[in-house]
Amino acid sequence: VSHSQITRLYSRFTSLDKGENGTLSREDFQRIPELAINPLGDRIINAFFPEGEDQVNFRGFMRTLAHFRPIEDNEKSKDQNGPEPLNSRSNKLHFAFRLYDLDKDDKISRDELLQVLRMMVGVNISDEQLGSIADRTIQEADQDGDSAISFAEFVKVLEKVDVEQKMSIRFLH
Amino acid sequence: MEVVWAVGQVVALWLALVLGLIVLPSALGISLGISEAYMWVLVKTLEWATIRLQKGVKKPQPQMLQTPTAIGIIERDETPMEKEIARLHRADFEFSHIFYFCRKGFEAIVEDEVTQRFSSEELLSWNLLTRTNVNFHYISLRLTVVWVIGVIVRYCFLLPLRFTLAAIGITSMIVGTTVVGQLPNGSVKNYLSEVVHLTCSRILVRALSGTIHYHNKENRPQKGGICVANHTSPIDAIILTNDGCYAMVGQVHGGLMGIIQRATVKACPHVWFERSEIKDRHLVTKRLREHVADKSKLPILIFPEGTCINNTSVMMFKKGSFEIGGTIYPVAIKYDPQFGDAFWNSSKYNIVSYLLRIMTSWAIVCNVWYLPPMVRKEDEDAVQFANRVRSAIAHQGGLTELPWDGGLKRAKVKDTFKEEQQKNYSKMLVRNGSVG
Repeated sequence: VSHSQITRLYSRFTSLDKGENGTLSREDFQRIPELAINPLGDRIINAFFPEGEDQVNFRGFMRTLAHFRPIEDNEKSKDQNGPEPLNSRSNKLHFAFRLYDLDKDDKISRDELLQVLRMMVGVNISDEQLGSIADRTIQEADQDGDSAISFAEFVKVLEKVDVEQKMSIRFLH
Repeated sequence: MEVVWAVGQVVALWLALVLGLIVLPSALGISLGISEAYMWVLVKTLEWATIRLQKGVKKPQPQMLQTPTAIGIIERDETPMEKEIARLHRADFEFSHIFYFCRKGFEAIVEDEVTQRFSSEELLSWNLLTRTNVNFHYISLRLTVVWVIGVIVRYCFLLPLRFTLAAIGITSMIVGTTVVGQLPNGSVKNYLSEVVHLTCSRILVRALSGTIHYHNKENRPQKGGICVANHTSPIDAIILTNDGCYAMVGQVHGGLMGIIQRATVKACPHVWFERSEIKDRHLVTKRLREHVADKSKLPILIFPEGTCINNTSVMMFKKGSFEIGGTIYPVAIKYDPQFGDAFWNSSKYNIVSYLLRIMTSWAIVCNVWYLPPMVRKEDEDAVQFANRVRSAIAHQGGLTELPWDGGLKRAKVKDTFKEEQQKNYSKMLVRNGSVG
């Protein structure tokens, strides 16, 4: 990320920070109309806040946003012994996994899937229909037969999906 | 003792100059050309500054100034939900559907269309004001010197001048309208009230170093009509009354504003509402209807957005003014941000610091377009009519149209929008079969 991009993100951070105390709260995020109407808005906002905390500072803000950096070509061949960058394919998938995994037990259970589905469809689909969608999805992805999706199974399901392109935000300059 | 006398002489000379060179010509409606000369110097200086900035930037910038209105931080992906999700292998629910919502959410966090309209527009090139120096760094000594000169000129010369003018303008407005208000109602009173309003507007415009270009004056609002315009700041009203008299509509304020309101309403039938009455929309509509029905009354000036927007876009118009009937005269106001930012960010600055900022900018330059009058068609309802007028104004002023409500500046968005998104997604799931 270039210097000017960081500056712009910082001015974005400060403009969202209505309380001007250097941190963002959940209300600050909810003030963005396009985010507030997003069915998964609350889950996304949650992703910014580490366990049990209500405020996120700029460093935390950037860390979460870093998941969406496009994967550069020259980075792929970087050293393998350093820690994996936040925007690697694996980490992007992990981020998405955490959006489903509500209780953070590293498994997506049927209930959790149902809850997320309910967020996405609102009141427009009945419980039975939603239940069968959830069952079918789990059945197709579940390989070890425990009726829950682990991270490895999650990755397997999405192996054909171009995660890099879908989970990246490009800067204009 | 001598010092006091000398200071007194200076002040007297100062006032005499101000009265002679500025106030008198405004009363007569003529221009001495001083402000034109000032603007010419200003434009040349800013052009020179831009060139120096471009030279000073080390990295080559291939496409610098493409479209002034399309400054964005990130590439937004505008593919609609259906295309994006249906593109996947099977359009039944998949884990990957979440990516769509996730990305949209993050794009909104980094940069969204709505909240950026409630803060000042970003400039393409620095205009030598400290306050806009966010993204530009120290370039050269010459530029800094010019900047210092600019600061001195603005704060030590222009500010006192403008302040004096504003004081004169406001006091004469209050005094003038109170005096005229004592006269019995009749054509003499109306004529004098127009004279007073126009003169004071002109003084106030000069107090802001305003340069206004009026276009299509033949479409100027007539009596008995309603004039609607996009809203950027309280100055909009002064800009428009500089060229004609209007009956204004607004909330009753306290303090200085309240005094001005009470004085002017004696001379000219402005419509000032109590805060509690605004909530009663029927009362508002009724009073406006009475005003419009009287064809001899001045055209009403309304800002249907309801709040100040930063002049890069036009937000949703409140339909109340479009339900009244009568002819609508749309007016588009576009400020040139190079010379001074007219937008009032009321959550950040109160009115006094706002006025100070305006008075220490270079100038207020704006274009006012009078658009041809519009009437509501037979098969249109108020909302569609409002949108039609809004499109015309946005198109003329080069502003983008946004379907969002200006009230989002302070209030939260309604849940109905979220429910709409949810409905769309569900329709997709159900439509593509394999539900149960």
